[in-house]
Amino acid sequence: MRHSIHSLIGLAAVLAATLAGAPPAQAGTYNLEIARGAIDVAGRPQDAMTINGGIPGPVLRFTEGEDLTINVTNKMDVDTSIHWHGLILPYQQDGVPGISFPGIKPGETFTYTFPAQQSGTYWYHSHSGLQEQSGVYGSIIIDPKTREPFRYDREYVVVLSDWHKTDTPKTILSNLKIMADYYNYQQRTLGTLLDDVKKMGFGAALADRMAWGDMRMMPSDIADVSGYVFLMNGRNPDQNWTGLFKPGERVRLRFVNAAAMTFFDVRIPGLKMTVVQADGNNVRPVPVDEFRIAVAETYDVIIRPTEDKAYTLFAESMARTGHARGTLTPEMGRTAAVPDARPKQFLTMADMGMAHGDMPGMDHGAMKMDHGKMSHGAMKMPGGDHMMPDGTMMKGMDHGKMGHGAMASNPKDDPFYAPGSGLMPKAAEGGKFLSYADLKAFRPLYPDREATRVIEVRLTGNMERYIWSINDVKYSDAEPIKLKFGERVRFKFINETMMTHPMHLHGMWQILDNGSGKYNPAKHTISIAPGTTVEADIEADAEGQWAFHCHLMYHMASGMFRKVVVERETAEIAR
Amino acid sequence: MNYSNSFLPAAILATAVFIPTSIARAAEMDDAIYWQFQVDQLESRAGDGADVVAWDANAWIGNDDHRLAFKSEGENPIGKRLEKAELQFLYRRPISTFFDLNAGIRHDLRPDPDRTYAVIGVQGLAKQFVETDANLFLSETGDLSARLEAEVDWRLTQRLILQPTAEINVAFSEDRRIHSGAGINTVEAGLRLKYEIRREFAPYVGLHYERKVGATANFARGEGEDTDSLRFVAGVSFWF
Ligand SMILES: [Cu+2]
Repeated sequence: MRHSIHSLIGLAAVLAATLAGAPPAQAGTYNLEIARGAIDVAGRPQDAMTINGGIPGPVLRFTEGEDLTINVTNKMDVDTSIHWHGLILPYQQDGVPGISFPGIKPGETFTYTFPAQQSGTYWYHSHSGLQEQSGVYGSIIIDPKTREPFRYDREYVVVLSDWHKTDTPKTILSNLKIMADYYNYQQRTLGTLLDDVKKMGFGAALADRMAWGDMRMMPSDIADVSGYVFLMNGRNPDQNWTGLFKPGERVRLRFVNAAAMTFFDVRIPGLKMTVVQADGNNVRPVPVDEFRIAVAETYDVIIRPTEDKAYTLFAESMARTGHARGTLTPEMGRTAAVPDARPKQFLTMADMGMAHGDMPGMDHGAMKMDHGKMSHGAMKMPGGDHMMPDGTMMKGMDHGKMGHGAMASNPKDDPFYAPGSGLMPKAAEGGKFLSYADLKAFRPLYPDREATRVIEVRLTGNMERYIWSINDVKYSDAEPIKLKFGERVRFKFINETMMTHPMHLHGMWQILDNGSGKYNPAKHTISIAPGTTVEADIEADAEGQWAFHCHLMYHMASGMFRKVVVERETAEIAR
Repeated sequence: MNYSNSFLPAAILATAVFIPTSIARAAEMDDAIYWQFQVDQLESRAGDGADVVAWDANAWIGNDDHRLAFKSEGENPIGKRLEKAELQFLYRRPISTFFDLNAGIRHDLRPDPDRTYAVIGVQGLAKQFVETDANLFLSETGDLSARLEAEVDWRLTQRLILQPTAEINVAFSEDRRIHSGAGINTVEAGLRLKYEIRREFAPYVGLHYERKVGATANFARGEGEDTDSLRFVAGVSFWF
């Protein structure tokens, strides 16, 4: 039975791959039915919310330029909604109850209709309550009208997600509100104290304890929720989602992180991956050995397995609590070794923003001053190799003038993590780990211009009460952020918490300032590590009311959310 | 918003008295109402004096900003009449990152005669993860007293917890009828070893020490009672 399902998937994949070569005219109409169902990924059937009977929902495939029609029918007893994550569309089609539309009532069908103005890999999910954690998500592929700047022979969508083994989403949120460390079974114990004493001596170990105790924080607080089984295309590691390839083929993998709370570190042992797209937009190809995909991000990579053997797709959770796994193989039934879990990561004082006061030069805001002399991208390159991926030499590089002691001394540090961060990524098998600093737009979406104003977006929270907020105010107490239609504003994200927050803006791009100037990449979701400041420009080119929030489900649900209103200057109209 | 169970109708009624604006905004997910019923201690104490069953329980309901809380603690010697029983009804709101303000009433059914108090205090997580609860009580007879409680969880393993507790009761004036002298009245200390089978359920064993001090001790001696007791305890803590 399982074998035949695999064959079917294989067949579908081959079909999809065939289609990928020459996108045919497509109807552009889909019917999605959201209903209660059951899935078995944790050893027993558990209640879920399914789309057309499954998790994840179907891959929706469109072609750039066509008009889409998607009928979403609610077969449940509670309201639902679908939000088209990353798509540029009229706000009434964006699918956020209370902001862009009233939601879809039980028994109702809502018809979403809008033109596909872009191409790339995107996804969709419910924006009602915590339904996304119950399974209401799926992927979107929009094929471009024109040729893509890279070639591939077949492709797969790889949707990563997290499913709780025991608790319903509502219970998870309630548990977090009642006891924020409910799911943390990596707490400091007598055992870890003794280990620390062995490592750093009694005085230092005790001082470290006291420092964290003074803050009433825990260095093991990386994921908020544990007890997840991690899924790849709706299958757990044993159910082993499998894709076929012929040795020598170029395979495009479209990774979507549809998890509620989980960041994944993705690798394919034995293969290099070339990142060609981030959040749906083409980037200059970056060969990497591993990359971190934040909640709600998408990355497209191309691999070229030449050997006649199976490979493991391995997506380890950032908190090292488990992994999602799949297999790419020339033939059904073959598998490859599954890597061991890496040791747990722990936050450091750097992640607590403790470095801010002492080292003002460390944050990205301050770095901006030196952009003329340096670039984050260039800093990433090992051994003084300043060749850009497109073959040009970096201009104006001057290491001597980089005013960043810590970074200059360790050029391999990722500038998007606080220096000394416990979350600093490192490729498991050595080699290159993708950094935001590596992402350069293949073709800029907007002409480069200065933002006219800066909006400070401090990411704040009260871990003990499990309240998450922006500028210390949670959503229900906050005024909307108002943007003027046509203006370019700069969001200055300052992460004052110990968690990483993937911040998602609906309806408009966030152009991440990673030092690439006009080639700064446009993203729908920007992940901001603890203790860092990250800036991004927004072209306010979409009138209406939009959601703007942390995409960690339980952070969003407990306040890290804003309404963004883009309006035309009424004064001008009145005149 | 798929939150129906969080909104207990009774709770809304009760809480609405305090938080009309919050109810108006109840549509926002981040303003939902949560509740917890927690039995911190339900234990039998054996050793010096008569064996007793003792409890320490609390419950709360509300959103991030406003909560109604209930506390109860007491002791019942096995086979004898209730010796100590206290109820508190409190309104609670955050006053800082880690601390809440408590205000409300306390009613002691025992000792006899019963007493009603006005309560004001703070409770929260102090540095080094010390759970603290400090309250002032003004009785119906005009006597002022105070209680300071502290508790910390030291994790031996992820599930095995050593929990020292301490409590000091101070009276600022004498209330002879309930055998309360002025000054420090009683001190209590406990050491419990808990095993969290789940976060919500932990059986434990431990020691509980109680000592009456000063004038209060004299009252006790006059009644022919012990002024201090060291007891072995076994019990459970749980919440839902
Ligand atoms: Cu967040």
